[in-house]
Amino acid sequence: MAQMNMLQAVNNALMTAMEENERVMVLGEDVGHFGGVFRATSNLQEKFGRERVFNTPLVEQGIIGFANGLASQGSVAVAEIQFGDYIFPAFDQIVNETAKWRYRSGGQFSVGSLTIRTPYGGGIAGGLYHSQSPEAYFAHTPGMKIVTPRNPYQAKGLLLASIRDDNPVLFMEPKRIYRASVGDVPEEDYELPLGKAEVVKEGSDITLLAWGAQMEVMEKAAAMAEKDGISCEIVDLRSILPWDAETVCASVEKTGRLIVSHEAPQTGGFAAEISAKVQERCFLYLESPIMRVCGLDTPFPLAHEKEYMPDELKVYEAIKRSMNF
Amino acid sequence: MKTRNHLSDVGVVNQVNIISNGLIDIPMLQILAPDGTVLEGAVEPELSKETALKIFQTMQFIRVLDERMVAAQRQGRISFYLASTGEEAASAASAAALSFDDMIMSQYREQAALAYRGYTTEQFMNQMFSNEKEPNKGRQMPIHYGAKELNFMTISSPLGTQIPQAAGYAYGQKMEGKDAMTICYFGEGAASEGDFHAGLNMAAVLSCPVIFFCRNNGYAISTPADEQFKGDGIASRGIGYGIKTIRVDGNDALAIYAATQKAREIAVSEKCPVLIEAMSYRLAAHSTSDDPTGYRSKEEEAQWKAKDPIARMANWLVSKGWLNQEENAKHVEAMRQDVLTELKRVEKVPVCPIDDLVTDVYSEVPWHLEEQLKDLKEHIKKYPEHYPKTAGRVE
Repeated sequence: MAQMNMLQAVNNALMTAMEENERVMVLGEDVGHFGGVFRATSNLQEKFGRERVFNTPLVEQGIIGFANGLASQGSVAVAEIQFGDYIFPAFDQIVNETAKWRYRSGGQFSVGSLTIRTPYGGGIAGGLYHSQSPEAYFAHTPGMKIVTPRNPYQAKGLLLASIRDDNPVLFMEPKRIYRASVGDVPEEDYELPLGKAEVVKEGSDITLLAWGAQMEVMEKAAAMAEKDGISCEIVDLRSILPWDAETVCASVEKTGRLIVSHEAPQTGGFAAEISAKVQERCFLYLESPIMRVCGLDTPFPLAHEKEYMPDELKVYEAIKRSMNF
Repeated sequence: MKTRNHLSDVGVVNQVNIISNGLIDIPMLQILAPDGTVLEGAVEPELSKETALKIFQTMQFIRVLDERMVAAQRQGRISFYLASTGEEAASAASAAALSFDDMIMSQYREQAALAYRGYTTEQFMNQMFSNEKEPNKGRQMPIHYGAKELNFMTISSPLGTQIPQAAGYAYGQKMEGKDAMTICYFGEGAASEGDFHAGLNMAAVLSCPVIFFCRNNGYAISTPADEQFKGDGIASRGIGYGIKTIRVDGNDALAIYAATQKAREIAVSEKCPVLIEAMSYRLAAHSTSDDPTGYRSKEEEAQWKAKDPIARMANWLVSKGWLNQEENAKHVEAMRQDVLTELKRVEKVPVCPIDDLVTDVYSEVPWHLEEQLKDLKEHIKKYPEHYPKTAGRVE
């Protein structure tokens, strides 16, 4: 085991995938010699050459269109979009092409070997265009898988599984904790399951559900609540699409309470989908309404970023409201 | 047509030669030699002493501002900065050739155009410190300026989006019968975006009075121009779209002024777009988040430092008898003091009150945002020490 931060774990996963399968290629803006603006692709070009690891022109729709074609041909494409905020020029390629390739061809063709990596999320003084969490736009798109890791160990195992999965995956990396999150990561090849949530801490009074960097916030809030004698069960959703309703509902049936939290705006956020499904399945088990602690329904701010974020104090207050309902 | 890498030899002519059609090897307008002497056969543009000095002082001011604010970012006083070192002439001299009524839609490295329009040191600081005096209400990262009274559209980070928007804005100006047009700045990297192609094509087809001003500075973050495109730069694309085009030395303020003046005349009188490709070099890092030592050599940078647009114009001004270098040195020192004084003063100005988190999402604040704001204020009142920027002013 080695100590790695999340960037090193992502880099290590890419190395592992490229060593194991020579058809894996990495493309995107500045991913070549420079190693990407966050250095997630450092040393890949040196090791695997300019034909397998290459800079693209600055055109997101081109990157994903190209990667779609590459994947449909049978190569394994790992495309980087430099910031999640800049994925939208590629929206058409992802929503109308990537996600529908298999369905429209009756299963003859697919781009299942495509993985799109992109950093997302706030807390870095990035303002409107370096902070967004766009998962909900893509979660409304049948045909995609959406995955996000909470720490370096998860990042390597989930990214390797995403690259090898026979479906296109949007792999969203929580950039706020790229360097801050450090932990043990096995040097060897391993995968973690897609579509499976994980109970990271067992508890009996309330379920706290989140993903990515928000997991750290949930853990802090849970620690505050524990001091009040409230036992929190913390669940990492890990895969946003398809999501693991079974694990989430089993937890809610045990605790009777649920808080879902994400940075993205509340309205139409993925917490809404989870809330709807859980109340359908667990209605008679619920002791209080399912609560959401999310970003406000505004563009992502700069001067008021701290106030906007669904921080541990807001989650803690929601826990108390849920308990005292 | 030969393939041109950014740094390969660029042919030079010394006449304003707007290419209207045809696929040729596109030369670069140059009036001043790197030492500031007027090239033989070149025609100086009609440029008053007052305008020439205003261009020059704007360039010097931006050089001073950039140096100071990069340092301020390193000290943690602002979160981010993006310098335009080496490219000051492209923005300052082009802005000088415009009419004040012309709209400027910029990318994010054209602070010299904004300064030329009259944006003050205090206004620059207000934006960079995201404070309550800033008309964009502190909502964007530093350097995302916007000033309606100066006809300078608020900057957006996503690359190239302003290109088709500029075509639409210019079409509106034409329909309104105004004697005004739009200038749209962007880099050679942004010219790879789909919006570039959409924008140029629509501007040509719909006869929009717009200048597309490409600062070809050789790099998009770490990606050099020769990994960005093949073919003869950005200028050749204008010809492909049927757009009148000129390539100009981006470090030659006189050439930029002459080219932009001519381009504006064409755009307004003929109601059509013109593309200018200014060949320059991003001497600065992409931003304070970037370190160019990882992808380019000191030797390459030194080649371009020798072509510094400020020194070049200074020598020309001295030869005209319009500039005294000793007095100028004092003037630059005064600029430094002004920037430092404003920085120290403005960094104490508070951010907007929390109510401004939810304004301007729509023209009026809808019920759900009223509700979210109310909940947020109650929360801040409960934990004021955790939200020090706003807690003191929550009612």
